[in-house]
Amino acid sequence: MKMRAFAGRTMKEILRDPLNLAFGLGFPVVLILLLSAIQANVPVALFEIDRLTPGITVFGLAFMTLFSATLVARDRETALLQRLYTTPLTAADFIMGYALPMMPIALMQGAVCYIAALILGLKLSAGILWALLFLVPAALFFIALGLLCGSLLGVKQVGGLCGALLTNLTAWLSGVWFDLDLVGGAFKAIANVLPFVHAVELERAAFSGDWAAVPAQLGWVLLWALPVCALAVALFLRQMKRQ
Amino acid sequence: MEAIRTVNLTKKYKDITAVDRLNLTIERGELFALLGVNGAGKTTTIKMLCGLARPTSGDAFLAGHSVVSETAAVKRVIGVSPQETAVAPGLTALENLRLMAGVHGFSREKQNERIDELAEAFDLGGVLGKRAGKLSGGWQRRLSLAMALIGEPEILFLDEPTLGLDVIARAELWDVIRALRGRVTVILTTHYMEEAEALSDRIAVMKSGRVLAEGTAEALKARAGCERFEDAFIALVRGEGRAEQ
Repeated sequence: MKMRAFAGRTMKEILRDPLNLAFGLGFPVVLILLLSAIQANVPVALFEIDRLTPGITVFGLAFMTLFSATLVARDRETALLQRLYTTPLTAADFIMGYALPMMPIALMQGAVCYIAALILGLKLSAGILWALLFLVPAALFFIALGLLCGSLLGVKQVGGLCGALLTNLTAWLSGVWFDLDLVGGAFKAIANVLPFVHAVELERAAFSGDWAAVPAQLGWVLLWALPVCALAVALFLRQMKRQ
Repeated sequence: MEAIRTVNLTKKYKDITAVDRLNLTIERGELFALLGVNGAGKTTTIKMLCGLARPTSGDAFLAGHSVVSETAAVKRVIGVSPQETAVAPGLTALENLRLMAGVHGFSREKQNERIDELAEAFDLGGVLGKRAGKLSGGWQRRLSLAMALIGEPEILFLDEPTLGLDVIARAELWDVIRALRGRVTVILTTHYMEEAEALSDRIAVMKSGRVLAEGTAEALKARAGCERFEDAFIALVRGEGRAEQ
């Protein structure tokens, strides 16, 4: 009950910010439209809708990090969080209250991307539901990363790190825009260590029904998501103590 | 009957002693002001009493609950209105009140009951549907105070409640605070001497983490040998009055 009250507030604050709606829902859809238009005018397979859409849904999750980190950082910088720390809310209530509402928002964002893709010619299939389900581990990683950054950084720093750096990292190192084999070398090696490309490949595998590829990609994503979750909880508790 | 008792309450940050063996007793229903210049230890004292900072040594008991060993119980009996206006700007005034009622675990019925009571007491009816971030400073302070009271606290902490308000908004908020006397124990910190004098049953003057003097405004003026309370405060802080042993 107590956590639900706090979670409700998190969801309202995020969904009522027009910038969040523009970047969270609008921007990924614009990318799908734009890249599909490019694909229609080039003779080679660059941005085919069935490979592009799963990639864009993962790229869009980078905004979940920005939203959650900004909210936590802003709450820390105002007296609201201090006030809430004097109420019967527990540490678990705070962490769940920040993280849980982000998951339906992330899935809603993914669903909007697939709806836009369906309009552009993506074939309706059960793969879309599987793809949305397998978006959850990656969403967990990005949301936890937001909690982690929000617990460590101020609002301005969050804007730079999660807004600019993370979205670029997610874009370049995920294989959404180009095949990583085209660059190869250290670039590809670094990309393969990070979770972004694995999250995209997991999403593509779930969407296309390539179940043999799922365990390895899922393993990589969870290998990042679970420690980031643990670290986010630890850092949130540390800043809570410092308040 | 006592609402708050501190026993050698001490807070040290590395080499700095922010609060030094504080011993205070505040009675139930009393309006008690903590005064002091910046760095006197008021905010640290409040933070310890609210469970936001752990004492280095000593203890404090709020409605009989220790801030060291029964923090959760302490949080059930207190309400806090911080120095900054601590409202969720994206939520309406009504949603802010509902949020605070919700985090206290109140049922929907109880939430509605408390919101109706406080909206009437604080004259918030006209702004309940407005976003808190769009309200004027005076209305935000009122809302902040109502949010602190929605959990039916036995003890209410008001940190600089009228900071930055114009004279009318301040007078209105004073009326609201006065109306709490006898029903809720109020701990007030303020830099406005006239505010402490007008509102408080008793006042403690702090300096360097210790209480220099404690008593009614009249008693403190008599001790310092001054007619005006502000002069008495300055005399006590400068050590010109007779400090408490």
